[in-house]
Amino acid sequence: MMSTYRIQGATGEWEVVIGLEVHAQVTSNAKLFSGSSTAFGAEPNTQVSLIDAAMPGMLPVPNRECIRQAVRTGMAIEAQINAWSRFDRKNYFYADLPQGYQISQLYHPLVGEGSLTIEADEKAGIGEDKVIGIERIHVEQDAGKLMHDQHPTMSYVDLNRCGVALMEIVSRPDMRSPAEAGAYLRKLRTILRYVGSCDGNMEEGSMRADVNVSVRKPGEEFGTRTETKNVNSVRFVMQAIEHEARRQVDLIEDGGTVVQETRLFDPNSGTTRSMRSKEDAHDYRYFPDPDLLPLELDEDFLAECRASLPELPDAKRRRYVEELGLSDYNARELTAEVETFARFETLLAATARGIGKGEKDVATQVANWSLSVAPGVMNALGDEANPAHATAEAQAAILAMQAGGEISGGQAKEIFEIVLRTGREPGEIAESEGLKQVSDTGAIEAAIDEILAKNADKVEEYRGGKDKLFGFFVGQTMKAMQGKANPAVVNQLLKAKLG
Amino acid sequence: MTELTELGVKAIRDGVAAGDFTAREVAEAFNAAVAGAGALNAFIVATPDKAIEAAERVDADRAAGRELGPMAGVPIGMKDLFATEGVQTTAASHILEGFVPRYESTVSQNLWNAGAGMLGKLNLDQFAMGSSNETSYFGNVVSPWRRKDGGNSPLAPGGSSGGSSAAVAARIAAAATGTDTGGSIRQPAAFTGICGIKPTYGRCSRWGVVAFASSLDQAGPMARDVADCAIMLGAMAGFDPKDSTSLDLPVPAWEAGLSDDLRGRKVGIPREYRMEGTDPEILDSWERGKQWLRDAGAEIVDISLPHTKYALPAYYIIAPAEASSNLARYDGVRYGLRELPADAAGKAAGLQDMYAATRAEGFGDEVKRRILIGTYVLSAGFYDAYYNQAQKIRTLIARDFERAWAECDVILAPTTPTASFPLGEKADDPLAMYLNDVFAVPASLAGLPAMSVPAMLNRDGLPLGLQLVGKPFDEQGVLNAGLAIERRAGFAAKPEKWW
Repeated sequence: MMSTYRIQGATGEWEVVIGLEVHAQVTSNAKLFSGSSTAFGAEPNTQVSLIDAAMPGMLPVPNRECIRQAVRTGMAIEAQINAWSRFDRKNYFYADLPQGYQISQLYHPLVGEGSLTIEADEKAGIGEDKVIGIERIHVEQDAGKLMHDQHPTMSYVDLNRCGVALMEIVSRPDMRSPAEAGAYLRKLRTILRYVGSCDGNMEEGSMRADVNVSVRKPGEEFGTRTETKNVNSVRFVMQAIEHEARRQVDLIEDGGTVVQETRLFDPNSGTTRSMRSKEDAHDYRYFPDPDLLPLELDEDFLAECRASLPELPDAKRRRYVEELGLSDYNARELTAEVETFARFETLLAATARGIGKGEKDVATQVANWSLSVAPGVMNALGDEANPAHATAEAQAAILAMQAGGEISGGQAKEIFEIVLRTGREPGEIAESEGLKQVSDTGAIEAAIDEILAKNADKVEEYRGGKDKLFGFFVGQTMKAMQGKANPAVVNQLLKAKLG
Repeated sequence: MTELTELGVKAIRDGVAAGDFTAREVAEAFNAAVAGAGALNAFIVATPDKAIEAAERVDADRAAGRELGPMAGVPIGMKDLFATEGVQTTAASHILEGFVPRYESTVSQNLWNAGAGMLGKLNLDQFAMGSSNETSYFGNVVSPWRRKDGGNSPLAPGGSSGGSSAAVAARIAAAATGTDTGGSIRQPAAFTGICGIKPTYGRCSRWGVVAFASSLDQAGPMARDVADCAIMLGAMAGFDPKDSTSLDLPVPAWEAGLSDDLRGRKVGIPREYRMEGTDPEILDSWERGKQWLRDAGAEIVDISLPHTKYALPAYYIIAPAEASSNLARYDGVRYGLRELPADAAGKAAGLQDMYAATRAEGFGDEVKRRILIGTYVLSAGFYDAYYNQAQKIRTLIARDFERAWAECDVILAPTTPTASFPLGEKADDPLAMYLNDVFAVPASLAGLPAMSVPAMLNRDGLPLGLQLVGKPFDEQGVLNAGLAIERRAGFAAKPEKWW
């Protein structure tokens, strides 16, 4: 189905065509071609080896872990993995690039054609699930960082990031709205985080996107595209697309032509501006890096990469629905983030174990608790809650008490609140705070007998067919028990006594 | 003690081990010879203390009965392309003048570990680009040889390892390291009547060697005779995980494997090396070489290397292409020369101004010429016509050799088309200069082991060398054929001391 997103121009409707090149920093302790650390936030130039600084005679040696992570990422998007690939040099001068070239892969990338699926989202105007093509993933070195505010006439350079491994993930121009681009980025981020190949942290620059945008009348050939560089949040990517598409439509309708150029996004104004046109584009003089042999991956390596892949988001979501019996909504929410599903699965296992039932039998209870009850309690407490106290063990204990009828839903929340504040043990809280339901049939029976005696008229009416009165008896009993009676026991005893 | 400088690697090593003299006595003798040979300009810096320190360690080891290394007590010169910790390393360039590495190249470290000592850093053509040593920023080396016609016009020691060849020929170093990209060990060895071997590409680590053309650069020894080369190569070679192109193979016991018995061996004579206009004396030396090898039991066979004539043009595309990228790191940002021109108004230089001024000032004409050629052949629109074509030729040349190995075990050819020429004669004619490498370049492009051994003196009393090219990894076959020539040629000439 075609996207319905259109730009209204003076000459009619325009369609926007979007492709994204995502730079994702590979999760690895060491850089792509040197042993330097990759930790974020270190003092400037403290994570720089002789290789990173391009000292004379230094040579790159590929870091297997970076290659492995890129291969696993390729496998996660069901892409072709190229057992033979090669590194090329992209030559240009800049102070943040000590070698005078970036080692990248132009001609023979590590990962070929793949795809990912973005899910239908009516609110965002995505009518149905859509497959977005991914052309390639290649690995390359990141550059350093220039600092222009340290000295009145000089710029300083921090080479800590220099040489860190990036995956460049290049999509097909398959997206047709800002919402689709946003969904693609979020889905890609989720996959990367599942695989563990990138932390997806856009604020720290672990993921950045170059946004290719063109416009056309629906059904016509692609228009000329512009590339907006280094956009670092999903929201900014969507803004950049909206602005750039509008700009191009206005330009064309005013009789101008879109020029192929590189643009910059200004997050303050939400607009893009020209950085350099095709005419001033660098001639990067790509050629195979003679310091490196072609990268050849053997079967064992590929098999290990495949075996080490976790269950991926789409498969996990299907399993939650089909095997655990969760709703589509719950399944989607629980699988969106690694932390969410990890917490859920730990709690699910602990709860099932605590109650002595199968996971499927407690999944809905645990899902509701995880997605709505627990976050509700936590949010209400705000700073008073200590998240460290929210252990799977404590929560499983609460859920087990609730499932066993020892406590009510309301009591469960109250107990969790105390747990979050104090870290005390839920069973102990229930005992000492009196947060337990009474299931003692003797006490409940006595209360019921008293109520039935007091309300003989109503008993007659009920027995005469006025079923609705059952609720009245329940209410009176609960009241007499100060709300602590187990409703199931109350129901059962009342039914027996009323005949 | 002057007679100690008459000794080569093997004689010194064995003499020190036997207690005939101390390593310190040897080091002192060579230090004195170096100090007295300023007129040759073979050294950029002398490091007499380093030579003494190493010698004292060897003497102490011997006194303590510890095992001595294969180069124990041998004072050598180190081509100033190898990074030496704490000792200025310049590649004979202004741009690296004053650069003192905090690291030691793998090859030089291997030599120190084997017991060698450093007399100093040897002069060379700037960034190893040149065939006469005239491109050095530190002034040209003068060959110790003079024509016997009584004229005393200074002659070229060859290049780029001209400091190495001059020092070994003049007996101011027992041996020296060289590097060979397109003949830079073999041509200067031939010009100065010494031996030099370029091993199979990957035998000697390139880590810590200032890069010229990474896919071609290969270190090797330059020494008085074949046995000395075998010993020293054994100490230099070995797998280095820091160099991705390093060969992960054990180092054969070349010295122990030396034999001039060539019975059953076939020596190929490539007909394409018989070029029109070749000096008759060169052809004569070639004929004699055939006879010596025949006398050693070898069978002489004619072979064809049909793409030979394309080797030099291909080389002068590939090597500058790689150099243009390898030399991009010399930009004035992190080390070496930095030029910050202020404009007429006194406005400080921008980044581009700094690059331009630093590189204009820091590189010599020949280096600039090759950077320009290399940049040109990699440019968009020219890449396919030049670089790609050259790479195809390189493949064809490698295939020529592969086919030849079906017919022979080793190839015999002249090392150079002429004997040494007067300094200045070809300095303004780069093409004539490049022709020096015409016989050397094919083996470089194919990554094959190749050696030059002295054959005879020409009518001017100048040495002529013969070249042996072997199969991949068959340095032994090359050394043995070289030994057969050495034993039969009876070359004992050495330059008369005039410096």
